[in-house]
Amino acid sequence: MSPDDIDGTERRLLQSVVEVARHMFGAAAASIFLVEPETGDLIFEAVSGEGEKELVGSRFPAGTGIAGWVAASGQPMVADDVAEVAPFARDAAESTGYVPRTIMAAPLIRFEECVGVLEVLDRTASRSELDDMELLGLFATQAACALELLLRIRAGRRAEPPADPRDLLRRIGERLSASSRPPDATAVRLLALADDLLGP
Amino acid sequence: MTPPWRRDRPAQFPGVPAWGLSTRRQSPEPFDVSPLSGVSKEWAWGGSDGSGVRVCVLDTGVAADHPRIGGLERSLHVVGGDDGRPVVAECEPADPAGHGTACAGVIRSIAPGVSLTSVRVLTDGKTGSGDALVAGLSWAIEEGFDLVNLSLSTTRSGFRESLHELADRAYFRRCLLVAAAHNMPVLSYPWTFSSVVSVASHDLPDPMTYYYNPAPPAEFHARGVKVPVAWPGGREIRSTGNSFAAPHITGICALILGKHPWLTPFQLKTVLYLAADNTLTHSGEAHVS
Repeated sequence: MSPDDIDGTERRLLQSVVEVARHMFGAAAASIFLVEPETGDLIFEAVSGEGEKELVGSRFPAGTGIAGWVAASGQPMVADDVAEVAPFARDAAESTGYVPRTIMAAPLIRFEECVGVLEVLDRTASRSELDDMELLGLFATQAACALELLLRIRAGRRAEPPADPRDLLRRIGERLSASSRPPDATAVRLLALADDLLGP
Repeated sequence: MTPPWRRDRPAQFPGVPAWGLSTRRQSPEPFDVSPLSGVSKEWAWGGSDGSGVRVCVLDTGVAADHPRIGGLERSLHVVGGDDGRPVVAECEPADPAGHGTACAGVIRSIAPGVSLTSVRVLTDGKTGSGDALVAGLSWAIEEGFDLVNLSLSTTRSGFRESLHELADRAYFRRCLLVAAAHNMPVLSYPWTFSSVVSVASHDLPDPMTYYYNPAPPAEFHARGVKVPVAWPGGREIRSTGNSFAAPHITGICALILGKHPWLTPFQLKTVLYLAADNTLTHSGEAHVS
C-alpha cells in the first residue's frame, strides 16, 4: 500500500475503530455509520462482529433507530431491552439473523458537525452505564479527530499542485472538456498569464 | 482550599471529566451552602402536579397518541419559508425518531398536569440545522412558554451568538430554558450558558432525586440512567443519557411553577438549588445525602 493512499488509510482507520470498540466492551458487534450529507441517511461504513459481512454499505433513513437519535440530538446514549421494539434491531435482524438486547451509541463530530455514529451492540465488559458512555464518548472523539486529520491531509493534497506542470495542464484540459458551463473568465486570464510565463 | 466552582478546567477538552456523576458509588462532594429559610421539597412542589404550566419540547417531534404523552396542546415544526428563511408551522403530532416523545414522556410522568407543546427542530436526521433550532427557540420564547426543554445542543460555533441572545431574552421574559449537558469533550450550546439550567446524569433510579453540581457548567444532576422512556409504537424501553436527565428537571420546575407561578427564572433556579438533595440544610450545615 502506498503512503499516498489516504482512502486505504481511512478504511483501515474506520475498521480499527470498530474492532477496538468491540473489544473494549466485549461486545457482540461494533459499527460506524456515516451520515450522507445530501439525504441525512445513515450508511454502515465499517462493522466488526455480527453482520460484518452483510451490513457494510446498507443504509437507514434519516432520523430512525438509536443511531438516528444520536445523530439527531448529537448526544451519546444507551438503550436497553430493545430486542422487541427497536426498528434498528428489526432491520439488523432481517439481514443478519442477529437481534441485539442493548445498544450504545455516540456521535462522531468533525468540524463542529455530526458526520456519523459509533455504535456498540450487546456489551458484556461493562463497568457501569455512566462509565461506559463516558468511555465510548472519549473513544468516539478520538476516532473523529483521526478522521478529521485524514480529511485535512486529503484537502491539503488537493491544494498542492503536481510536481510536473504537464500533469497540471492535462488536468486543466480534462476539466475544461468535462465541464458543461463556460470557463471562468478569470481562470482563462490566469491560463494566458501562465502561457506567457512558460513561453520562450 | 480551592472551592469546586473555582477549580481549573482543562482547556483542551472542556467536557472532561464527563458530566455524569455516579452517586450510586460515591457521594457528591460536600460544599458550603448559605441557607434561605423555608425552602424545602415540600414547600417547593408539595401538592403540585404542574397544572397551569406550559412546557415546550424542542426536539424531534412528539407522538401525541403515545400512552405516556396523553395529548399535546400544539404540535409544530420548522420548515423553509417562501424566502428560504425558516418558519414555524403546525404539523401532525408525530415523531419518526422517538427522541422527543421519550423526553416529553419523562416530563409528563413527573408533572402530569402540564400542558405540552412540541416543536420539531431536528428533522433531517443530522445534528439538526442550527437555523431550525434558533427559529424554533425564538418562536417558543415569543409564545410565552414557562419552560422549554432542550435535550439537544449544537456544536456549531456560528450559532453561539444568536443562541446567547435568545437565552438572555428568554431569561428576562420568564421563560426558563432547561438544557441537557453534552456528555462528550466537545463545545456545544446553549447548555453552557449561565442563564439556562443545564443538566447531566446521576445513576440512581429515583426520578425526584437530583443534585446541585458545585463545579458547573453542568449545574444539576438528575436521573439519566436506565430511564423508562416512551418508544414509538406505544412501547417503552430503558434508556441512558443526559437527554433524559434534562426533562426530569423540566418536570420538577413545572411542579414548582405550578405551585409558585410568579417565580422568576433566577428565583426558580434558586429554589431548585435549595431543594436539591445535597443542599438541603440541617442547622446551617450542608447536608450531603
